[in-house]
Amino acid sequence: MKRNLPLIFAFICGIVVVASDFIPHRPFNLMIDTLQNWFMIIVGFAILLGQISLFQSNIYKIQHKVSGWYYYLAGLISFVIMLVLGLLWGTQEYQGLLGHGLAVQAWLGSKPFDYLFDNAYLPLSATMFSLLAFFVASAAYRAFIIRSFESNLLMITAIIVILGRTSFGGMLTSWVPESYSFWHLPNLSDFIMEYPNTAAQRAIMISAALGIIGSSLRIILGIERSYLGSDK
Amino acid sequence: MSANSNSQTERWIIFVVLFVAVALPLVFPLGLKTEVSDYTKMAWDLIETTPDSSVVIFSFDCDPSTMTELQPMAESMLYHAFSRNQKVIAMALWPQGVQMADMAFNTVKTSFPDKQYGIDYVNLGYKVSGIVAIQAMGQSMEEVNPTDIAGTKYSEIPMLKGIVTIKDIAYVNSLSSGVPGIKEWIMIARDTYKTPVTGGTTAVSAPGFFPYINSQKQLSGLLGGLKAASEYEMLIGRIGSATVKMDAQSTAHVLILLFIAIGNVKAYRAKKGSKK
Repeated sequence: MKRNLPLIFAFICGIVVVASDFIPHRPFNLMIDTLQNWFMIIVGFAILLGQISLFQSNIYKIQHKVSGWYYYLAGLISFVIMLVLGLLWGTQEYQGLLGHGLAVQAWLGSKPFDYLFDNAYLPLSATMFSLLAFFVASAAYRAFIIRSFESNLLMITAIIVILGRTSFGGMLTSWVPESYSFWHLPNLSDFIMEYPNTAAQRAIMISAALGIIGSSLRIILGIERSYLGSDK
Repeated sequence: MSANSNSQTERWIIFVVLFVAVALPLVFPLGLKTEVSDYTKMAWDLIETTPDSSVVIFSFDCDPSTMTELQPMAESMLYHAFSRNQKVIAMALWPQGVQMADMAFNTVKTSFPDKQYGIDYVNLGYKVSGIVAIQAMGQSMEEVNPTDIAGTKYSEIPMLKGIVTIKDIAYVNSLSSGVPGIKEWIMIARDTYKTPVTGGTTAVSAPGFFPYINSQKQLSGLLGGLKAASEYEMLIGRIGSATVKMDAQSTAHVLILLFIAIGNVKAYRAKKGSKK
């Protein structure tokens, strides 16, 4: 029963959702509304579950002094600080347990949560993403080596697209006559992105969609059971 | 010197040179011009041709990590929508999108001081469950958004009077840096409810959305990366951060090409040396 009940639920819900797409009338539209509401509520709880899980796993790592445990500690302290500040004085228009904290706002210029969001989280987060540029440059220098016909082709395409996506691209071929505008670097770059790239993307998307249909059917029909916590 | 320490030195040289190449144009802008691409123009056309007083959605499906690329787009498109007197509903399928929306409003509002919260724009906050939330908005906007971020009831917000479902929205603009994002809006808002969808995304993600810009108009134009953001700034005649940052990006790209060329010369010489 412990195993069969979730399988029965998955089967019924799956069939109802699929049917409601083709029959958007009673009773399917009402059933899908209810299922959507359930889903939104469950996802809300999943966020809470994620936070508890984050807490537990970090505490375990700190207690057992795993390699780099101090990073987990820093993460946990940051988490607690943001959580406490948010609970006490709220965020933006939301008030916290101590109201809007006007005195604190007058001192910091904004609510403590928003202050940390704007001055710590925001720049740190943007910095992490920006660091990619350095790794991309280093990786390009090492890995983008002409070794075969295919790598040659990739290199030429990359040069056209990279240049075409910069302001220099347009300047470099601005002398090309109007009748040969196709060879203007930004146009050439757009052509590569719009046709060969889109064709390949479509093939990937169609294949992925077929794969999703297949795995969804396996779940609905109870063949795929790994989501129950075991593959047996 | 060992090969390993040589490699480390090379890496440091690359990092330092790249840092200088990015920093200098930010301090001393070059003022390079970019050409407007078709996809950017399509997004601009959608906002430009949407009638005055239409209610539109700006969905901030992103977080601060991609703000360098997405925030200039959000501000330019918001500026355009305000200049066309459109009423903007901001919402977010990502938790931090709420703050990104507020930041965009604060920046753009300096150019439109007469725009009032609740009448010209509103922030409905973060919606959990992504695609399902969009699907539910097809049945009832109010059920998914019972209040705005300040706790004001949906029915008490003046600009939302008459907005019952997503079908009442003139277009959706998703500033997306992942899932859920543009794709989910296309699947439900556009394909199911026929509400036009446009958006902006990072340069890395943009190619994955190009198939949706087709004769069915699943996606009405797309802004991909900082270049598209600077193109949009050019279209609305408002020079913003994207135009300045584009100089730095252009320099960095050319530098990367230079690194690739040097890397190839080095590999060729090494190959020649090993043959001898």
